[in-house]
Amino acid sequence: MFGLNKKDTGLLIIVGILTLLAPFILNPFPADSAMAQFNAGYPDLMQRFVIFGIFAIGFNILFGLTGYLSFGHAAFLGVGSYSAVWMFKLLSYNVIPAIALSVVIAGLFSLLIGYVSLRRSGIYFSILTLAFAQMSFALAYSVLSNPKFNLTNGETGLQVYADDPQILQGANAPDLPHLFGLPMRATYTLDIGAWSFDFNAGYYLCAVVMMVVFYLAIRIFRSPFGMMLRAVKSNQQRMNYTGLNSKPYTLAAFVISGMYAGLAGGLMAAMDPLAGAERMQWTASGEVVLMTILGGTGTLIGPVLGAGFIKYFENIFSKINDNVLHSWFAILPDGLEDAVVFIIHPFIGKGWHLTLGILFMLVVIYLPGGLVEGGQRVSNWFKRRKSGADDAPSGKTEPAE
Amino acid sequence: MTNKSVTRRGVLKSGAVAGTGLALPTIFTASSAAAYTNEPTGSSVTLGFNVPQTGPYAEEGNDELLAQQLAVEHLNGEGDGGCLNTFTSKALKGNGILGKKVEFVTGDTQTKSDAARASAKSMIEKDGAVMINGGSSSGVAVAVQGLCQEAGVIFMAGLTHANDTTGKDKKANGFRHFFNAYMSGAALAPVLAAEMGKERRAYHLTADYNWGWTQEESIVASTEALGWETVNTVKTPLASTDFSSYIAPVLNSGADVLVLNHYGGNMVNSLTNAIQFGLLDKVANGKDFKIVVPLYSELMAAGAGENIKGVLGSMNWNWQLQDEGTKAFVKSFGEKYGKPPSNSAQTCYAQVLLYADAVERAGTFNPCGVVEALEGFEFDGLGNGKTLYRAEDHQCFKDVLVVRGNENPTNAYDTLEIVEVTPVEQVTYAPDHPMFAGGDLGSCNSGA
Repeated sequence: MFGLNKKDTGLLIIVGILTLLAPFILNPFPADSAMAQFNAGYPDLMQRFVIFGIFAIGFNILFGLTGYLSFGHAAFLGVGSYSAVWMFKLLSYNVIPAIALSVVIAGLFSLLIGYVSLRRSGIYFSILTLAFAQMSFALAYSVLSNPKFNLTNGETGLQVYADDPQILQGANAPDLPHLFGLPMRATYTLDIGAWSFDFNAGYYLCAVVMMVVFYLAIRIFRSPFGMMLRAVKSNQQRMNYTGLNSKPYTLAAFVISGMYAGLAGGLMAAMDPLAGAERMQWTASGEVVLMTILGGTGTLIGPVLGAGFIKYFENIFSKINDNVLHSWFAILPDGLEDAVVFIIHPFIGKGWHLTLGILFMLVVIYLPGGLVEGGQRVSNWFKRRKSGADDAPSGKTEPAE
Repeated sequence: MTNKSVTRRGVLKSGAVAGTGLALPTIFTASSAAAYTNEPTGSSVTLGFNVPQTGPYAEEGNDELLAQQLAVEHLNGEGDGGCLNTFTSKALKGNGILGKKVEFVTGDTQTKSDAARASAKSMIEKDGAVMINGGSSSGVAVAVQGLCQEAGVIFMAGLTHANDTTGKDKKANGFRHFFNAYMSGAALAPVLAAEMGKERRAYHLTADYNWGWTQEESIVASTEALGWETVNTVKTPLASTDFSSYIAPVLNSGADVLVLNHYGGNMVNSLTNAIQFGLLDKVANGKDFKIVVPLYSELMAAGAGENIKGVLGSMNWNWQLQDEGTKAFVKSFGEKYGKPPSNSAQTCYAQVLLYADAVERAGTFNPCGVVEALEGFEFDGLGNGKTLYRAEDHQCFKDVLVVRGNENPTNAYDTLEIVEVTPVEQVTYAPDHPMFAGGDLGSCNSGA
């Protein structure tokens, strides 16, 4: 279907089912139970899963295929967000022009930065992109937010005010981001017994967009262009010696992944009409690198898994506090309860970075191919148990596409 | 691309799938039946405490969290009741709010607008919080305030000192108990004039972001009104840790007062640098050189150690005040945690009680009812003396403290001494004051 081979179609369909049924899959525990703490099926987090999935898919087109490690991708995400909010401010709350402009502006911006940065490769490229991103952050945080020329509104973040022009805003259009009248915030809650599932309009917009860009990513991976990018990764020097100019290819990959980042930024602003400068900080750029490596560099589904993994920790683990722990272990005797809470305490709440760091180390050490490799190992193990030992493991990681 | 062949059948199939995908979301547009966002229907009500637990203001955030937990205990009738006994409004009985047991969820703002909004959203969407309280940065406060306005819950701001929070970014669903930069200027100016005279030349170092600018603007305006002259205002990047290169030019500028519009780690570092350069031992224009830090906090004072001795600044509240409300609060906080509370802790504690009280008086958790109950509300007994929540901009008006770094501290917490309690009349301004102009409060949103 859609010009894909059978395996890729299968992958696309699985991703489609997972995203469309996410409200069910992410809310496995009844709303009143103690385990409800681990439910992730509320609109904001589901939107984040998908948006950062898009971001990481785009990053993977650059990093996974060409091997160019950009440490400044958050800049494009931020630029996308700012463009989208400016569209809200100037035109209307309809998300279509906002998202369109965010992709275009991020594309232009990445063309500029890519043109300069791609003159170098390896660590120098990473440093250049990092420098550009930090520069953009500083510009957004203070320089471009002075009272005379306020483009970004600095620390507070750019938001829509009642006295903004909004020239296309209809008289009775909703006063928040919407898709032709359907507010992004609209949520239908389905209660089945003790369970409760949220179906959010904004999430489904993001999900549909992600399906489309995921499909595009598969096509890029399978195209001759994708093959050329892989060639850049394996030996760029040899390519150059054969008389082939690889720069247009790498620049194209850079711009495409920048546009993906811009799209993610635009969607973020569409879900929540505020653009903050922190989105462009180097930690945000580092996060997408982590997502991609954690999920599996160069695989199609990996970055999405990595994005989900990190966002889950950031949002769920950081909210577990000592009170919650005490309520979980209330059945234990007092002294033991306190001891258990004392041991777990550093890993939850504000210690979620620590837990994530440990898991990241474990994944990098034992599963160099990321979560995707983990999945492969499990499925291989099952296959071998079923079919005897006829297909011995090749010992080499193969992408899961 | 490898597969270029487009068949009629292929197009139809693709179109059908895409169409279904696009049509799907429209099924889910029906809005729910609740009268307002997160109407509590069970036997408990959930409050959301959104404070920085990591990042530069983590210490402030953790202190706020402790105070908020204490407030919840008092509301539920546990502990000694704290300020419930001294509060002039007697609506709270210590049986929760409207008979519902108070529960809370916590989140980490990381002092980043984005992260703060994400964590506030998760509290509202997942945990069903009816009110978001706390925070330790104006940028975060403005961002979260906007979110709460859109979502239809009440926001109480915590530590936020920029004029914008209740100025151009004010929102109907948001309230601020903390004072602001204008009030700091208005309270400090007379004390500065009394201590340093009316012919001074001031040099400003300002953290380069919204709060820094509004504070600089406020202090410049109020000191120039005294007759002071502003020699120069220099913006320093927020991420700076070494201010030596900014301090050196001060000596040759002809200034005799240095104003540090810095907060948190910035202030600790810049003040330390200034002391290392021996600024306080210098004589300029025939006068002793002075340093002013307009916004103080206990935690910063502890961080700066010896260096703050004799340096003037302003504060929202201090644990050494002697009114009944302060004594009750300091006593229960001290007994529970073994240290005196900071002024951001007191702010968050008072806000939780005020919210609960407003709900009791309104008889509903509906944000619009709460807003109505809080607007123009006058009370006493929470530690700040007589206090008014002004209806026009949801800013709180109360006395402001002018403090000085203690020359002879008697213990680890005795870092600041109160110089003057500036009466509220002196720091009151008109709602349409130019420094606060341009905003629109809008109308309350209950999310229905």
